[in-house]
Amino acid sequence: MASSSTKSAYWKGFRDGLPFTIVVGPFALLFGVIATEAGLNVYETMAFSIVVIAGAAQFTALQLMSENAPTIIVLASALAVNLRMAMYSASLTPYIGAAPLWKRAFAAYFTVDQSYALSIVQYETRPEMTVPDRLAYFFGVVTAICPNWYLFTLIGALVGQSIPPEFAIDFAVPITFLAMIGPMLRTPAHIAAAFVSVALSIAFAWVPYNLGLMVAGIGGMITGAQVELWTERRAAK
Amino acid sequence: MIDSTTLWIVIIGLGLGSFGLRFVFTGIIGDRDMPPWILRHLRYTAVAVLPGLVAPAVMWPAATGGETDPARMAAAFVTLGLGYFTKNVILSITGGAATLYGLLYLLG
Repeated sequence: MASSSTKSAYWKGFRDGLPFTIVVGPFALLFGVIATEAGLNVYETMAFSIVVIAGAAQFTALQLMSENAPTIIVLASALAVNLRMAMYSASLTPYIGAAPLWKRAFAAYFTVDQSYALSIVQYETRPEMTVPDRLAYFFGVVTAICPNWYLFTLIGALVGQSIPPEFAIDFAVPITFLAMIGPMLRTPAHIAAAFVSVALSIAFAWVPYNLGLMVAGIGGMITGAQVELWTERRAAK
Repeated sequence: MIDSTTLWIVIIGLGLGSFGLRFVFTGIIGDRDMPPWILRHLRYTAVAVLPGLVAPAVMWPAATGGETDPARMAAAFVTLGLGYFTKNVILSITGGAATLYGLLYLLG
């Protein structure tokens, strides 16, 4: 039932996702290059990107395998890097939980930082969206981003040439995330949550396996919820 | 050299594990109602995770060997500020990138 609103939600997602290909492309390219340098063939490199589809976790796993870390440590560390995906899943549940199971399964596979971040902003600003429209938007973003993840991994694996450091492409990822965070800071509660998140992630940056981010995430969520409660109570008086 | 068996165990294990993390709530809870206090926390997931994700990369960029870099720091603040005030993601990215390249060129 591709109603016109579902179609337009899909294309809105696609258009919103397009700018992020400038980030995903170089990042995937780099993974392709590093994986082949670590001795993986093109087929193994592609399987990695298609099966796992999570940049930071893939880099972590590759790094640890190159250092001959025990397999269980490789898995545990890379999954720890991906723990935030469980938080994304929880956060998306009130919006897409009513969709059919197989659609939720597809959405789960394609839940990456960009598809999550763009979708959650869209859902919050347009609460009147129907569940099919929400999924259409999500998959629109995915269409713009995920094929490029595969394609640029392949190019990196085949060409084996990374982007020169003077392009400072390392900073493309922080810039795109910061650009998404700015508009999210709508209330004092959101701002407080973001501040606490930054402070905790800096303070706990020394914690291994990226678990400092979990501390920051949980701390930020508690802060946001508490400030919201406090604001409501004050308004009620 | 990475052993082929190890590699495949990691690819498949990490694939299944990552899918599990991504599916754990949307899959199991589905459209069952969640208590208000949980929803109240979930509303802040994005602003609690994404800033923490980028903060170390802004403070200690890998490209400079972890040394705090004025160009990257300024670009981060310009991007965030533009995003906050204009709510325009593309404008923020463009402004941040311009700041970064401009300062890298000037401070070169």
